[in-house]
Amino acid sequence: MNTTYSSTLEASLRKRQTGKSILFMSHVVVGYPSLDANWAMLEAMDDAGVDVVEFQLPFSEPIADGPRFVKANHEAIRAGTSWQQYFDLATRAAARFSFEIVLMGYYNSVFRMGPERFCARLAETGMKGFIVPDLPVEEAGELNGLAREHGLDPILTMTPTNSPARLAEIGRNASGFLYCVARTGVTGRQTDLSSEVGSFLRRCREATPLPLGLGFGIRSAENVRQAREHGADLAIVGTAGTQAWEEGGPEAYSRFLKSLAAATA
Amino acid sequence: MSPKLPVWAPGREGYFGDFGGAFIPEMLHETFAELRAAFENACDDETFWQSYVDVTAGYGGRPTPVTFCENLTRKLGGARIYVKREDLNHTGAHKANNVMGQGLLVQRMGKKRVIAETGAGQHGVATATMAARLGLECTIYMGEEDVARQHPNVFWMRQLGAEVIPVTDGTRTLKDAINACLRDWADSMADTHYVMGTVCGPHPFPQMVTYFQSIIGQEARAQMLALAGKLPDRVYACVGGGSNASGIFTGFLDDLSTELVGVEAGGKGIETGEHAARLAGGKGVPGVAQGYKTVFLQNEEGLMQDTHSVAAGLDYIGIGPMLADLHEQGRVRFESATDQEVVDALRLTMRSEGIIPALESSHAFAAAFREAPSLSDDDAILINQSGRGDKDIFTVADALDDEGWKTFIRETAARYAR
Repeated sequence: MNTTYSSTLEASLRKRQTGKSILFMSHVVVGYPSLDANWAMLEAMDDAGVDVVEFQLPFSEPIADGPRFVKANHEAIRAGTSWQQYFDLATRAAARFSFEIVLMGYYNSVFRMGPERFCARLAETGMKGFIVPDLPVEEAGELNGLAREHGLDPILTMTPTNSPARLAEIGRNASGFLYCVARTGVTGRQTDLSSEVGSFLRRCREATPLPLGLGFGIRSAENVRQAREHGADLAIVGTAGTQAWEEGGPEAYSRFLKSLAAATA
Repeated sequence: MSPKLPVWAPGREGYFGDFGGAFIPEMLHETFAELRAAFENACDDETFWQSYVDVTAGYGGRPTPVTFCENLTRKLGGARIYVKREDLNHTGAHKANNVMGQGLLVQRMGKKRVIAETGAGQHGVATATMAARLGLECTIYMGEEDVARQHPNVFWMRQLGAEVIPVTDGTRTLKDAINACLRDWADSMADTHYVMGTVCGPHPFPQMVTYFQSIIGQEARAQMLALAGKLPDRVYACVGGGSNASGIFTGFLDDLSTELVGVEAGGKGIETGEHAARLAGGKGVPGVAQGYKTVFLQNEEGLMQDTHSVAAGLDYIGIGPMLADLHEQGRVRFESATDQEVVDALRLTMRSEGIIPALESSHAFAAAFREAPSLSDDDAILINQSGRGDKDIFTVADALDDEGWKTFIRETAARYAR
């Protein structure tokens, strides 16, 4: 990575770390259950003091997602959620809320939009980076270079199966922060946040000085505290939030976010 | 003869021209590295190809013959028609070849469990037999729609000891079964191998599956020289993901006088939008999904489209990256055949030759029958019969609207209801 590059996302996270023991990132599948519901979710996130929100751009073949998010992607597509609607929502949210916004999506969306146009649209929208789980660093050279020209961070993934050499390679290519995956598998399942996660995060820490986000299986305030104790800088909550909304509606969703946010103090 | 360093080997990072690659979640990075190493190691081992040929012979029934179809040749009145009989493999399709090859790799890697996707069910059944023979646990993912239309294969997979999981998301067909396998593997990779059934997915699968299936083309080339006294002027193969086509075409890639014709599913007609013709219809565009770059049927925002074919095994959004590249180079011509043409070709083949091709394979017959009359009797054409049609009894009986069959089903159902 170009050493003169300076990440506004990383700087923002560092600033937010003052006065908080761990930062909080949440997730919305744009268009699911509806664009109006998304807005209500975002209001609740802002209210709870969420630091970063992943806006997932729906894709028909979401291979890194578990059943709940697969269904959310497919229902958003069935409702006709378009790129334009996606960016409209992100633009409104960036203007209105104080959290940072990153895109989460699959590489075909980037490829079909064209890497240059993709980066330009994210930057215009006020987004700060993107997570593309099916784009390994070997294939990401062009996109990641363009991203930094637009002031965007490609947020890379580190996983427990990666060798130290691979973690170091990912570390060399990363900026903004890292998405550390707490366990094998796909999104949306319980994780045993035991000592193995601690040793995994220590391996990640050796590979990069950037903030470490921990995701996959963070579902409660207790999990957020465990993430903090293991040395994560950012607790990432995805499926559990969607589940709270599906099961209990806006109020349960808001209560869920606030209970997790309370553990970040 | 081992196909080491063949003309069709991919270039950098598993690319065939602009297509291929490995677009995989980071979780599977080391797993793919392990698989690439095991495959390269096997290719470098001079005994490996022979051990593969031996198992396809002793267990699978290879070599499969080439049959001269005298009656079809006379009826169509043009080129001499030859058929490569992959239907005579154990479990009734070319899928068995690749499965036996990957079974040897599983043993070399010391894994205990296999998973596989299946469309028509042939690859699932073949994988289940291999797992039973090698004492491996086996899970097969199959789209719910395919479970419904290919139930006999579901029955056999379960009898063979495999767990069959119907996939209920997306279009509930082959592509969704592939996604389900990738998700399972992202969790189970420590003791599990994913037996990809076709020449698609991330590198090294397209190369590996082509390597094992190239046995079809190797045999067929020698058999045509012996039987017809010449190389075929045209070779026809149906193309879903493209494994049988890749297998037979690789035998003739260097023979520039042999024209290679891939036949895709025209479904209800390309103009209806209900088809799976990515190249022949000109409707597919480049994209990246399911771990690789190829030509997909997708909309302008990169969302994959619903596909349709009477043949579950051809009902797929993408195509092997090597075939996409050979299309771009002009080395393989792509055609399509509609569901109706396919059923007609199947009926003609059964009545003329007593051969029962699978609905998938019948696509290749349909395109060959369309073209054979305009060729001369000096010309020889070779059709790859990728599988046998027994599994399609429900679909074919439906398409032929067979009264006797319907009565049998009604009576059987009534007997179970009692």
